[in-house]
Amino acid sequence: MAAAVTIENLRKSYGSVIAVQDVSLTIQPGEIFGLLGPNGAGKTTTIRCLCTLSVPDSGRIELMGIPVLEQPQVARRYLGYIAQEVALDKVLTGRELLELQAAIYHMPKQVALGRIEQMLSLLDLQDWADQKTGAYSGGLKKRLDLALGLLHQPDVLVLDEPTVGLDIETRSAVWSFLRQLKAAGTTVLITSHYLEEVDALADRVAIIDQGRVIAAGTPSDLKDKIGGDRITLRIREFTPDDEAAKAKAMLADLPFVQDVIVNPAQGNSLNLVVERQADALAAVQRSLAEAGLPVFGISQSRPSLDDVYLAATGRTLMDAELAAVGQRDLKQEKKQAMKGR
Amino acid sequence: MSTTIPTSGRNGSRPLENADLSHWKANLGDPSQKSQGLFSAAFIQETLAMTRRLFIQLQRRPSTLIAGIIQPLIWLVLFGALFQNVPAGLFGESRNYGQFLGAGIIVFTAFGGALNAGLPVMFDREFGFLNRFLVAPLASRYSIVVASAIFIAALSLVQTAAILALSAVLGAGFPNLPGLVLVLGIVMTLVLGVTALSLGLTFALPGHIELIAVIFVTNLPLLFSSTALVPLDFMPQWLQVVASLNPLTYAIEPIRYVYLHSDWTLGSVVLQAPFAGVTLGASLGVLIVFCGVALALIQPLLRRRMA
Repeated sequence: MAAAVTIENLRKSYGSVIAVQDVSLTIQPGEIFGLLGPNGAGKTTTIRCLCTLSVPDSGRIELMGIPVLEQPQVARRYLGYIAQEVALDKVLTGRELLELQAAIYHMPKQVALGRIEQMLSLLDLQDWADQKTGAYSGGLKKRLDLALGLLHQPDVLVLDEPTVGLDIETRSAVWSFLRQLKAAGTTVLITSHYLEEVDALADRVAIIDQGRVIAAGTPSDLKDKIGGDRITLRIREFTPDDEAAKAKAMLADLPFVQDVIVNPAQGNSLNLVVERQADALAAVQRSLAEAGLPVFGISQSRPSLDDVYLAATGRTLMDAELAAVGQRDLKQEKKQAMKGR
Repeated sequence: MSTTIPTSGRNGSRPLENADLSHWKANLGDPSQKSQGLFSAAFIQETLAMTRRLFIQLQRRPSTLIAGIIQPLIWLVLFGALFQNVPAGLFGESRNYGQFLGAGIIVFTAFGGALNAGLPVMFDREFGFLNRFLVAPLASRYSIVVASAIFIAALSLVQTAAILALSAVLGAGFPNLPGLVLVLGIVMTLVLGVTALSLGLTFALPGHIELIAVIFVTNLPLLFSSTALVPLDFMPQWLQVVASLNPLTYAIEPIRYVYLHSDWTLGSVVLQAPFAGVTLGASLGVLIVFCGVALALIQPLLRRRMA
């Protein structure tokens, strides 16, 4: 089956700033594809190029077999785009905005009427349809935004940070809605800097950092690839330094333990990287008991996508986010993005 | 208020399916083969929808309309009073300054409205709303221009009617019916051309601050370097040259002429420019060319984000 989206060697710079260095992706029809990376990694720029809002410096983009850069107008029919920030006309009602959306996609009136009712009902917006959107709550706005982006039934739906700034309830509602869409055959591309969002939703993921794809695959493949499990151990709620050091030395000697890190930010908890084996947890507990150390809490988990990111870049996503703060001139970036060159 | 998104809608267990929509989508066929572009049915549909939005905004926020009607009337009264005691004959054939001024205010008001047409679009752009149009398969992005122009033209017609009425009350009289039709035609041509330029700036400039700056330095100088406030022969030579190059002059003079001459024809000379006498027909020609050039000039700007 032909890919829904193919991006090859995309490169895009704004002035002297290189936003996307070299990004290649293939998205299969009917999958949810996650683009994960810290803020400023190039996710939004990649999406803007795919959605015909920016022209890349070089590279090739294909959407449902249509060369996007050569035939943007054709590609737009198959594309739905939901921006990070919900932009509505606050003077118009939800229904009026849906009617406008139907018209700019050239839907015949009868088709539009039925489809608008369907989307209002699907997103539980009927009670609000005839209210001005200025009166909507954040969750309502996002739902209307989804209804607008999906009105013409796009084959590929692109969502930039779909749940940033939403309350937890709306967030999980958006997640379950995206799963429904996938079940109905829509290809979904989301960007996120929330690990758990991508982990929970995406069939496949590309981790992007400083304008490059640094890892791609299914979340579980990526996690398997870096190998081992993680054991998080707290000897006490707040473990004294000497006790933590003693436990670290002892546990590091166990044959299946690959690495032990003491995390002072979390009351000197110990983070162990262990070979995957059934009795690792029991073995750790046994040796703690032999040394006369108590256990406040212990859990074993598979590596997270953050560990994948850590393995590839040597820093966690959180570190990257914090490092990016202050380095970016958001106003300048917005201006550059608006220029869209 | 519940924030759950229900898993089943009115269509039962398959809430996302819609036979009508699927049928429509399937029949889109190869969109590259369809008749798209200017004046296609798709173009008209999208243009009317965008125009409708502007009128809904106006209806729910009528302050622009009210201010837009009051402002030119204040101009008319204040300017008229300022120059009330100017000796007769200084302003050509006009009986009084009020009569002379009407045509200038009509054109200046329409021009000002059209010049500002880009501002709401710029705010749409800054808020991200314009992206909805830019990612949609518009038949042509000229629909954005035409929608704004229709809206501004309608507004200008209301303003023009108010100015005509007040001028009549002030003793300026009325053009005859063909004259009125000519006035409306001139206003609409000017509005279309200037709206196009304003939207071109909106796509070209980085933000609303810059757009407002350009509007600010364009608006009044174009007024003062036209024949809106004084006749050409009242000006020093250099300004006469400038005024004869100013498109506003070519909108003002025909309107002024039809106010005074019910027997006007396209061959009537309405302006004695430094280089030659300009007929009414030639003035209209200049306006139409101006409008066409403006529309053509902005094409690359509209295309720019189109890849």
